[in-house]
Amino acid sequence: MNTIQPLDITVDNLSVTYNNAKLALYNASCRVQAGTITALVGPNGGGKSTLFKSIMGFLKPAVGRIIVGGLSVGKAQKKQLMAYVPQADDVDWNFPVSVFDVVMMGRYGYMNFLRIPTSKDRRLVNESLERVGMTEFRDRQIGELSGGQRKRAFLARALAQQGQVILLDEPFTGVDVKTEKRIIDLLIQLRVEGHTILISTHDLASVATFCDRTILLNRTILASGTTEETFTEENLSMTFGGLPLNSINHMFNHQSEAA
Amino acid sequence: MQTNLINHVIGAIPLWNWLVEPLQYGFLVRAILVSAFVGIVCAVLSCYITLKGWSLMGDAVSHAVVPGVVVAYALNIPFAIGAFIFGFGATVAIGYVKSKTRLKEDAVIGVIFTGFFAFGLVLVTKIPSNVDLFHILFGNVLGISQADIIQTIIAGSLTLIIILLRRKDLLLFCFDPNHAKAIGLNTQLMYYTLLSVLALTIVTALQTAGIIMVVAMLVTPGSIAYLLTDRFDYMLIISAISSVLSCVMGTYVSYYFDVSTGGAIVVLMTILFILAMIFGPKYGIIAQQFTKGSLEDLNQIADIE
Ligand SMILES: Nc1ncnc2c1ncn2[C@@H]1O[C@H](COP(=O)(O)OP(=O)(O)O)[C@@H](O)[C@H]1O
Ligand SMILES: [Mg+2]
Repeated sequence: MNTIQPLDITVDNLSVTYNNAKLALYNASCRVQAGTITALVGPNGGGKSTLFKSIMGFLKPAVGRIIVGGLSVGKAQKKQLMAYVPQADDVDWNFPVSVFDVVMMGRYGYMNFLRIPTSKDRRLVNESLERVGMTEFRDRQIGELSGGQRKRAFLARALAQQGQVILLDEPFTGVDVKTEKRIIDLLIQLRVEGHTILISTHDLASVATFCDRTILLNRTILASGTTEETFTEENLSMTFGGLPLNSINHMFNHQSEAA
Repeated sequence: MQTNLINHVIGAIPLWNWLVEPLQYGFLVRAILVSAFVGIVCAVLSCYITLKGWSLMGDAVSHAVVPGVVVAYALNIPFAIGAFIFGFGATVAIGYVKSKTRLKEDAVIGVIFTGFFAFGLVLVTKIPSNVDLFHILFGNVLGISQADIIQTIIAGSLTLIIILLRRKDLLLFCFDPNHAKAIGLNTQLMYYTLLSVLALTIVTALQTAGIIMVVAMLVTPGSIAYLLTDRFDYMLIISAISSVLSCVMGTYVSYYFDVSTGGAIVVLMTILFILAMIFGPKYGIIAQQFTKGSLEDLNQIADIE
């Protein structure tokens, strides 16, 4: 088996505003340790996707910085270190591309100016399709897939890209139990191979079964650590219920500073 | 003897005469060839523009080229250069204003392109030149000059070459710009590449369709194709066929019935669009009705069970 050197992600004091001037994330700091599966858990609108998009460099943070394996995000991306599986509603499912086309897009960063695939590119695309069990659907237009098949197609693209770090935004939403189990097994294999995986999910029941570490997020990082010590009832009710006192204090301080 | 017979049979078909007879006029042959070429260029770009959702941007660029054309004629430089500079300049202005204000993109586009267009109107009525505003607005392929044909061919060929070389990146950019960024590609460059081929295509189509109609040439063929297929390579082919067909037949219609060429081309395209919308094998209105019907049948069967 080909194992790779695991990489970590450091998020340092991150604040993100959208152009409606609302703070989607403030003062978020956390570390995704190398070679772990880390769960990102929080309510809808809590900023999970925002954190992912900041780590991937799609959003420019107002404040703060992100380091991936000791490199800036831009450098890490040029070296094909970071793969991303988007949330389902971020994809145009009517777009005229096939599953094979999508997975091949994972290889573009390795190709020449004209993006002509080599035999290695084809082999890796086919292997990735095989690994997620999507070989028989390779010629389907992406809109003709079920929820679980759609997820697996984009997961195959991430595999074809061979990124050391893989970010998955809600891969279990709209997916049946069998596919979820299958994706989890694959993620566990990928961890063994040395990948670092950050995954957001609403399936709280499964987190403890495969995630080494957990980050709790509701507009800022509320807790993080090993799943045993972080994934407690108290922490969860704080994340999904009200904000903790010290965090609210912090916000007030922040605002009076700004004023 | 046999060819004679064939000629005889073909000659008896009125449509054949209708098609061949005008080909004895040099200007008409030229017009047909130019509009077929323009049809292909627009058809190819059209697939990207419809998928990217940039139809309004196409409309904006087409109007924004007017001052460029006027200035170019006044300075005695090729119209294509002036048109490209102003067309591309407008898209840069749109991007800049959008990033610096809280306005939504459609508002920014609306403000900028009408501004450019109005500036063009002011210029054309003030600068003494032999620009015929009517020809800019509505096209004049039947009276196209040799110099304009050369410019049209250069702009169109450039467009086709750039798209041919960058087609995979452009498609990725239309589909999933975030992924393009994630794999370290230069999305800013892709954005400006697509904008420049858009401006170049409009320059190409200017003489044939005129700026009012050019947006149809940029949107309709791709839309027709999108209604008929789920594969991008088929989409390109369908788009090209429907576009060239409309352009060539539109030129004939314009000659025979003495109507606006741009108008005739776009009317034909629109007819093709309506046909695709109604009779499309999968996404057509009839087909959709049919699948809905069979779904209801299935539900009824399920209910009975
Ligand atoms: N493109 C956007 N423009 C403006 N606000 C946004 C945008 N995307 C997300 N938000 C806001 O940012 C907050 C966090 O959203 P998001 O990161 O999508 O949360 P989650 O993924 O945890 O559900 C929400 O309040 C949401 O309304
Ligand atoms: Mg989300």
